[in-house]
Amino acid sequence: MPEGSGIDLELSEAERRLRDQARAWLSANVPRPPLASMDTAEGFEQHRDWEAKLHAAGWSVVSWPTAYGGRGASLTEWLVFEEEYWAAGAPGRVNQNGIYLLGPTIMEVGTEEQKQRFLPAMASGREIWCQGWSEPDAGSDLAAIRSTARPDGSDWVLNGQKTWCSRGAFADWMFGLFRSDPGAERHRGLSFILVPLDAEGVSVRPIAQLDGETGFAEVFLDEVRVPGENLLGQAHRGWEVAMATAAFERGLSLRPPGRFSAAARRLVELARSRGLGPDTPAADRVAQAWMDSEAYRLHTLWTATRMAQGARVGPEASLNKVFWSEMDLAIHEAALELLGEEGQLLRGEGSWLEGFLFAQAGPIYAGTNEIQRNVVAERVLGLPR
Amino acid sequence: MRLGFGPGQLELAGALRQALERECPPSQVRASVAQGWSRRRWRALAELGVTGAGAPPERGGLGLGLAELALLVEECGRAGVPEPVGPSAAVAVPLLARLGDGQAGRWLEAVAQGEVVAVVAPAGARLVAGAGRADLVLGAGPSGLVALSPPAGVAELEGSLDPTRPLAEVDWALARPLGAPAGPLGALAGDLGALAAAAEALGVAQRVVEMAAGHARSRHQFGRPVGSFQAVKHLLADALLPLEFARPLVWRAARSLELGDPGAPVHVAMAKAYASRAARVACRAGLQVHGAMGYTWECDLQLWLKRGWSLASQWGDEARHRQRVARALLGPAGARAG
Repeated sequence: MPEGSGIDLELSEAERRLRDQARAWLSANVPRPPLASMDTAEGFEQHRDWEAKLHAAGWSVVSWPTAYGGRGASLTEWLVFEEEYWAAGAPGRVNQNGIYLLGPTIMEVGTEEQKQRFLPAMASGREIWCQGWSEPDAGSDLAAIRSTARPDGSDWVLNGQKTWCSRGAFADWMFGLFRSDPGAERHRGLSFILVPLDAEGVSVRPIAQLDGETGFAEVFLDEVRVPGENLLGQAHRGWEVAMATAAFERGLSLRPPGRFSAAARRLVELARSRGLGPDTPAADRVAQAWMDSEAYRLHTLWTATRMAQGARVGPEASLNKVFWSEMDLAIHEAALELLGEEGQLLRGEGSWLEGFLFAQAGPIYAGTNEIQRNVVAERVLGLPR
Repeated sequence: MRLGFGPGQLELAGALRQALERECPPSQVRASVAQGWSRRRWRALAELGVTGAGAPPERGGLGLGLAELALLVEECGRAGVPEPVGPSAAVAVPLLARLGDGQAGRWLEAVAQGEVVAVVAPAGARLVAGAGRADLVLGAGPSGLVALSPPAGVAELEGSLDPTRPLAEVDWALARPLGAPAGPLGALAGDLGALAAAAEALGVAQRVVEMAAGHARSRHQFGRPVGSFQAVKHLLADALLPLEFARPLVWRAARSLELGDPGAPVHVAMAKAYASRAARVACRAGLQVHGAMGYTWECDLQLWLKRGWSLASQWGDEARHRQRVARALLGPAGARAG
């Protein structure tokens, strides 16, 4: 192929170096046996310690600037790191709402003071974040938010109720959307505010999830006073800030392909260990899962390549979210099918059930797949609202 | 590590798209059902460099790689070009280029310059799309390439699914050997054929989704555009999904095949399985959104549907290629990939 071609699937020198370093560090440091579930008090603190350990070695936020605790890695270097991370069977990221969603948003719209104040503590796991968007009457219809933020001097006073806050039972901070201008309708008049969960007037009620553990929380706010510098972006313009966060959520950052490549590889190994013949219906599902994970990996690389050329992630990110969530379901369904009744045990080496249950949530969180399909139809294909 | 195209490559594909909007509007695709292939359009494609895009410059070509060829073939699929750009430019040319000089070299120059339209099939295949209209029919097998010059040995059949590339029955006994390169040419031809069909299927699927979205915007029922209904939105979003994720698989397969990567056959299998599915899903959704209108001869949609269905099965359908992947993953340990 002549010079200037846009396809080179070999690792660059820098990518190979990063891969080798990450692989060596992970193989020496990934905890065995695995940590307790991050949705228990004990497991949460174990995961916080793991974040600190990652951070000390420079691996917690590789794509962030060095000033905030990262190593300034390129997008493709980050993808290479994620492949290694998940292949090594390393723990889930307890601060994912912080480092993948809020962090990039602060870098985009935050003040210099906010960057200095929040990003390093986020990178090290000293402050762990949850998301306060949904409310009892505002789910897919997020603009129906009723929790309020009232200006008082230079402060904001918050009232209302947030729900489905993942890891909210143990988190330190919450980023949320609040109605700050009661006269404005729906998408207007919302503000994006950062809330310390130990503030006076905050009460947190844990909610048990499908696996019986307290992965969710409801957060009640009763005259909670936070300083003006906790406002992210402009007052009453929180919707735009939230949509930037949502683009990170649906786009590249929340679910890097390494996670699914590792799961698909485990599935193939499981099928081999069971002696599954290649010409069986179950083998078809294994092959499809493998192809899906490859398609997702290459598609993400294509997106990263376009972003390196200056493109931004647009509404097509919604296709990504539908794709990975349905792929995750298919991978875990195939595994449980191969395992039979053995697959119905939650604990133990080689259990797939925890992942199977978590995969059930994928089509719901980060914007339901029905909403994502609407976004694709309206904003990619131009269909009328 | 990167996967995409540079400005020059995208410009070439953009220029081809523009040229095809002139040279190949839907009325011309339809006209070819009765009139056959157009020499004039083939010459126009040759002047753009498309017919010889994959031939080396010293043979009158552009020397492009397979991934760039895939981009051009996708544009032809989108425009519904009746002539076999994929088989001729992205299968015959790369195969002939491996045989070197002599008769194969002369054919290569003639195909690259647009004087000869070629189609390719596995040697011994009874039915070959477009063979009755081509100037050169190549058969690829373990012992190398053989060539037929229609009308000798070729009989076009009535009533093919894709009437712009009718199936013809081929009598290979009349074929002359062109020579054998080093390496297993039959397998390479199968991979090139599947890759070209996959790339063209992407373009067909893209066009079908675009047509359906256009129809959903303009067609009103219950006092609203039908595209405002969520059931229709979700149908079309789901049609875009496999298409969007098939593209990078096709480009990766092209790159691997070109580099002779040992993983190339599996990469091609993934690409063809995905692209076949993308075409099938897009055709189903596209027809459903058009309603009864889409089920008429008069509606142009049918021309793309038939091309899409036909390409989805050429050189192996989704199930066959997924099975190739399953065998690579789960077959005898020595033959495994991944």
